[in-house]
Amino acid sequence: MPHIDVELEKLKKKLLEMWDLVEYQLHSGREAMLKADQVMAEQIIKRDRKVNQFDVKIDRMCENFFALFTPVAVDLRMVLAVLKINANLERIGDTAEGIARFAKKLDAPVNEDLLEMTSLLPMYEEAMSMLNDCRIAFKTNDPVLAKTLIKRDKGLDKIYRKSDRIVTKYMAAHPEKISEALAVLSIIKKVERVGDQVTNIAEEIIFYRDAKVVKHKQDKKKKKD
Amino acid sequence: MSRKHNKLEAINLDAYYGDFHALKGINIAMEEKNVTAFIGPSGCGKSTFLRTFNRMNDYIDGFRTEGDILLDGKDIYTKEVRVDELRKEVGMVFQKPNPFPKTIFENVVYGLKIQGISKKAVLEEAAEKSLKRAALWNEVKDNLNKSALALSGGQQQRLCIARALAISPSVLLMDEPASALDPLSTAKIEELIYELKNDYTIVIVTHNMQQAGRVSDNTAFFYMGELVEYSKTKTMFTSPQDTRTQNYITGRFG
Repeated sequence: MPHIDVELEKLKKKLLEMWDLVEYQLHSGREAMLKADQVMAEQIIKRDRKVNQFDVKIDRMCENFFALFTPVAVDLRMVLAVLKINANLERIGDTAEGIARFAKKLDAPVNEDLLEMTSLLPMYEEAMSMLNDCRIAFKTNDPVLAKTLIKRDKGLDKIYRKSDRIVTKYMAAHPEKISEALAVLSIIKKVERVGDQVTNIAEEIIFYRDAKVVKHKQDKKKKKD
Repeated sequence: MSRKHNKLEAINLDAYYGDFHALKGINIAMEEKNVTAFIGPSGCGKSTFLRTFNRMNDYIDGFRTEGDILLDGKDIYTKEVRVDELRKEVGMVFQKPNPFPKTIFENVVYGLKIQGISKKAVLEEAAEKSLKRAALWNEVKDNLNKSALALSGGQQQRLCIARALAISPSVLLMDEPASALDPLSTAKIEELIYELKNDYTIVIVTHNMQQAGRVSDNTAFFYMGELVEYSKTKTMFTSPQDTRTQNYITGRFG
C-alpha cells in the first residue's frame, strides 16, 4: 500500500475508534436516563474527556497530513471530511454528556406515560441507529447510504416539533412533575441535535466520495419557494 | 465583464516523430493573459506540445504535425509564417538556465541586436525594462557588464526570462523553468509568473503538482499523447473528472 494510503487508513481508523466511543456514550446516556442511574451518569461525564482527547488527536493528525503530504483531489476531500466529521462527533459526545447531566438530576426513572407520549425512546433509538448507519457509510465509503440518513433526520424533527405541546399539556396535568418533564424536553432537544449532527456527517461523506456539496440544499429550496 | 479571447489554440492536432504518434487529436484553447500548466508523466507529450507553439520541433528529423495550431486565430504552420517572426511573438524559457557566455547586458539585448537595433539608448532602456520585469534589476543594475555565467542559477533563469521579454513577445512558453532551482529561487520564479500574467499569456510545463496549483489558472493533464483532462486548476486539484488524472495528481500512478 502506498505511504499516503497507510496514513489515510490510520486517520480513518482513529476516527472510527472515536465513533465507537461516542456511540457508547450515547447508548449509556439512554441507560442512565431510563434507570436514573447517577453512577453511570457520572461515568459518562468523566468519559467525555476521552472523546475530547480523540478530537485533539485527530485534528493534529490531519494537520500533520496536510503539512507532509499536501493532499489533492479525493485525498484532500477525505482529510477535510475527517476534520469536519471529527468536530461533529465531538459535539455528539458533548450531547451525550449533557443527557447524562440531566439523568444525574433525576430522582427516579422517567415516567413511562411521559416517555410514551413524547416518543422519546423510539426517537433515541432512531438517532443511535442513524449514527451507527452513518459509521457504516463512512467505513464502506457509501454515499448512497449517507443520503438515506439525511431523509431519516426529518423523522426526528417531526417528533421534536410535537414535543413542546405534549410536554406542556403533561405539566399542566401533573404540576408536581414539572422538573422531570422539563428534563425530558431538554433531552428531546438534544437527541434532535444528534440527528442534525449525523446529517452533517453524512453530507461530508457525500462530499468526500462524490465531490458534491449537498449541505444547505434545503435552505436554497426554501428561499426559492 | 468581457470574455478574454483565445490566444493559443490547437485543433485536432496530431504530431509524429517518424512512426511514433506523439500527440493524438489534441483540442485545446488557451485564453490570453492566463497561465496554463501542462502536467503528465515523462514522455506523455506535454513538452512536444509546448514546442509546437513556437515551432521548436521543426528542427527534429521526421517530426510532422497534422491539424492546426493557432496564435490569435491564425495558423502558425502555413508557408507564409516566418519562424523568426513567430518567435518574436512567442518567447521560450528552458529547464536549465542557458545564458550566453556574454555580459548580463549583452544577454538581454541579444534578440534586439539581431533585429538590427543598435542605438545604445534604446538598448539600455529595453535592458532596464526587461530586467525590472524579470525581477532581476535590483540585483544586477551595478554589474551589467559582468559575465552572465557568474550569476547564481536562479538569477541566470531570471536573466533568461528577461532576455525572452526584451523582444516583447505576447506569449511565454516555459519548459520546467524552476526544476533546476532551489526553493527560494523557485518561489521567485513563481512570483514572477504571477506578475507577468497581467501582460503575457503563459504556458508552463511542470512536474511539480504544487507549482501547477500555485501558478496556473488552468491545467491540462496529458497521458500517452492524449489530452486527458483540461479544466480550471482549482477544479482539477479538488475534483478531477478522469480516474487517470486523479491517480496521477495524487501520486498513485501505474
